[in-house]
Amino acid sequence: MSTLDTAAPGAHEEHHGPATGIGRWLFTTNHKDIGTLYLWFSLLMFLIGGVMALLIRSELFQPGLQLVEPGFFNQLTTMHGLIMVFGAVMPAFVGLANWMVPLMIGAPDMALPRMNNWSFWILPFAFAILVSTLFMDGGAPNFGWTFYAPLSTTYAPPSVTYFIFAIHIMGASSIMGAINIIATILNLRAPGMTMMKLPLFVWTWLITAFLLIAVMPVLAGVVTMMLMDIHFGTSFFNAAGGGDPVLFQHVFWFFGHPEVYIMILPAFGIVSQIIPTFSRKKLFGYASMVYATASIAILSFLVWAHHMFTVGLPLVGELFFMFATMLIAVPTGVKVFNWVATMYRGSLTFETPMLFAIAFVVLFTIGGFSGLMLAIAPVDFQYHDTYFVVAHFHYVLVPGAIFSIMAGVYYWLPKWTGHALNESMGKFHFWCSFIGVNITFFPMHFLGLAGMPRRIPDYALQFADFNMVATVGAFIFGFSQLLFVWNVIHCIRSRETVSAQVWEGAHGLEWEVPSPAPYHTHTTPPRVE
Amino acid sequence: MDAAQANRRLILRLLMASVLMFGFGFALVPLYDVFCKVTGLNGRITATGPVDAVAVDTARSVKVRLIAINNEGMPWAFGPTESLLRVNPGEMKQTAYRASNPTTRRMVAQAIPSVSPGEAAQYLHKINCFCFDSQALEGGGAIDMPLMFMIDTDLPESIHTITLSYTLFDISPDKTGTAENDTQEGGSPI
Repeated sequence: MSTLDTAAPGAHEEHHGPATGIGRWLFTTNHKDIGTLYLWFSLLMFLIGGVMALLIRSELFQPGLQLVEPGFFNQLTTMHGLIMVFGAVMPAFVGLANWMVPLMIGAPDMALPRMNNWSFWILPFAFAILVSTLFMDGGAPNFGWTFYAPLSTTYAPPSVTYFIFAIHIMGASSIMGAINIIATILNLRAPGMTMMKLPLFVWTWLITAFLLIAVMPVLAGVVTMMLMDIHFGTSFFNAAGGGDPVLFQHVFWFFGHPEVYIMILPAFGIVSQIIPTFSRKKLFGYASMVYATASIAILSFLVWAHHMFTVGLPLVGELFFMFATMLIAVPTGVKVFNWVATMYRGSLTFETPMLFAIAFVVLFTIGGFSGLMLAIAPVDFQYHDTYFVVAHFHYVLVPGAIFSIMAGVYYWLPKWTGHALNESMGKFHFWCSFIGVNITFFPMHFLGLAGMPRRIPDYALQFADFNMVATVGAFIFGFSQLLFVWNVIHCIRSRETVSAQVWEGAHGLEWEVPSPAPYHTHTTPPRVE
Repeated sequence: MDAAQANRRLILRLLMASVLMFGFGFALVPLYDVFCKVTGLNGRITATGPVDAVAVDTARSVKVRLIAINNEGMPWAFGPTESLLRVNPGEMKQTAYRASNPTTRRMVAQAIPSVSPGEAAQYLHKINCFCFDSQALEGGGAIDMPLMFMIDTDLPESIHTITLSYTLFDISPDKTGTAENDTQEGGSPI
């Protein structure tokens, strides 16, 4: 409750700076410090997961087995997925929320600063456990990031137990983070900051946090069931004892589908902040954006079985999940329309964050369209478990979620550091990423339609050319991320200062505090209008 | 302080919601079973035990195909004594599956049934089935395991063939490696 006290007049008037040394980071309860920790952690995980992706692509450069053992290949695909989803994308969004939500709503800090420290500091332990499985007897988890039973129970390597505990810890971290964000947004808004004045990034995060609270416990439940099946003789997913492996898929995707929106709704929020700034117009259709986000969140609970069209669902079930899935295209279409309408007749400039945001709109829409194709139950029987699926979810996650995170970092980095970006290097990073990402993932559509299955270290000869192209693209994309690291470090160390507003068209409370944002901001709540 | 109280109340509610959702994950397990039972999906047979005799519909006959599958690593020889039956709806039919244990040790097995097409499951009454219990066999032993069933006279006209499949799982208590060591004594997994 100390945060609330600091808001009271007279208390802690002096702006004391951060503590010094490592203690600053270990014991910090400052939302900006914790946001920074989340973002660095996410960048580290992004690079580790990226190295795994490059190993995977190197093996797939040519048909045949040349670089890694097939067993290790499976471990790579599994760890790549887990690290990118739980280690790179989710913590990056939580980091951005930590930094920006209090600044945007005029709060002095998060509502629960100590829990905030905890929800970050258990994450490195979770991932240390997860990554350490690579060095264990029997190897790391090798059953895919979706860990379908009985592959992940009866046939799993012994390290699966470590995997389960790592997931438990990550889940606890996410739930704590979500509770904190909801409490901050609902209780710590500045006077006059009504719900329908909240910046869209805040809105999308509020809805995402509710999704997290609804589904992360289900994930914890499903891995607990696995743990019991493996060690305590239960038979949740074991047919011999009366269980059902298909049940695993139902429970997993009940978590898994809302999870994919957890990874994209904050991205919608970031893009909805950036596009109006560089179009020098207000966001088109603010209210419809809020309602569209909420409808996507609600619909996400009704579509999970579209991941399971081929398990033998009854016809009625297939039709229900097919139409429910297609329905999601409606609120998503509203969003894309609003972004385009915001740009329409705006005074556009194309700084680095805007380039990433526009690329997000275009490429995420491509990923959305392939998602619609996959939603069609009868044709999904052809696409299921092929590279078409890989192409689809990489299009929504890499130029979707990851591009939005990079856009957000480029957009807010001058506010965090007080220094200007190197625009030409930012644009160079953008174009390398944009070209690389398309060379990597676009050919995968063709591979999938031609029937190349996912999660295989070797493939038939007719897939050779497109795989080679994809690998070349992956290396372009992968190495161009070093430019991103360079840009971030350069901006931190640069001496070129920026104004409080940073970008000409930027509006909102976060642009009214000085750049760099002082260690304590909004200690006296600002008045909104 | 009002704000502190509001904070605490909200956080308690959110924590409760997380705990409830954790419980909901587990509640999905029985819910799934109930859903399958109500809708007859998943090829699960729900009608078991004795039935009242009804008039046999001799005008119609349904093909019943019997299939046996050994789960991975199960060494028993296992198969139906007759693989194709012609059954009139309402008629009580008795047949058997034969199993033999070629190993030298005592083993316990459990057969898990499945019916295809799934919508036929609710019209199939199993009066007695070896799948109700686990089956123990000494090394080198063999056994004929009875199966007695009746097809409901309400079976939709569109169904001409029903496939009854049994997958045999090794659930011997001394089995190494996997987790399921319970022998389901007297309990039916169905």
